[in-house]
Amino acid sequence: MIEPIPLEHILLLSALLFSLGILAVITKRHAVLVLMGIELIFNAANLNLVAFSRYDPVLLQGQLFSLFVIVVIAAESAVALAIVLRVYQYFKTANLNKIVGEE
Amino acid sequence: MLFYIFAALAVLSAGYLVLTRNLLYAGFSLLVTLLSLAGIYVLLFADFVAVLQLMVYVGGVLVLILFGIMLSSRVHDDSVLSKSSNKIWGTLVFLFVSTGLCYTILKTNFSLLPWLQAAETDVLGYQKSTVQSIGIKLMTDFVLPFEVASLLLLIALMGAAYIATENQKV
Repeated sequence: MIEPIPLEHILLLSALLFSLGILAVITKRHAVLVLMGIELIFNAANLNLVAFSRYDPVLLQGQLFSLFVIVVIAAESAVALAIVLRVYQYFKTANLNKIVGEE
Repeated sequence: MLFYIFAALAVLSAGYLVLTRNLLYAGFSLLVTLLSLAGIYVLLFADFVAVLQLMVYVGGVLVLILFGIMLSSRVHDDSVLSKSSNKIWGTLVFLFVSTGLCYTILKTNFSLLPWLQAAETDVLGYQKSTVQSIGIKLMTDFVLPFEVASLLLLIALMGAAYIATENQKV
């Protein structure tokens, strides 16, 4: 039998990934980099779901929930990147600080 | 032991994603993070989630992000390099959130929680794979979310194709 990984360590890893994702969302200026930060946050949440699903081996609700989270992420990133492309074509930049509305 | 190697890889590459200025390097460090998370899912007895992570994330979302980088910046000049802003506030929020979460996790005594005590961790029965039980559950207990997810994917496909079309008549 494999020695089980302590739950605290998985949760600490997930907390670190979550706060690094928040840091990327706050500090980055390029729209695609902000999207990558959001992906990091989603992955941290997914890691938590899978980690707690280990204590529920019959129902596997955590793993099923993380499957639906992955589906939602796929749809979200497709639409978000399409919007980023339109914004780039319209404003000729993807820098979030330089995108300003017309007066 | 393997878990700590994967965890160190994930945290290091996520930190590199935050620190680097080059968009393409950030994309590839996100690739390393996602791959090591897939390895951690395998270690947590979630083989189907790990395979889905590889197929959807590494095969789909990351390629989409790389396309987004290439279409929204000119690689030859400086626009592939992106400066950071709000560094002080971002670092403050990062320190606040990470210390708060780590303090809470370290303070909680998980082994005393009753529903974790009652659970048996290493029970997958005679089968060591979760694929069959996930398939059965998707077709019985979770059939409504499954259908809603397929509808959501269809709508997102149509919406993304419509938004990204050039010269659309409004």
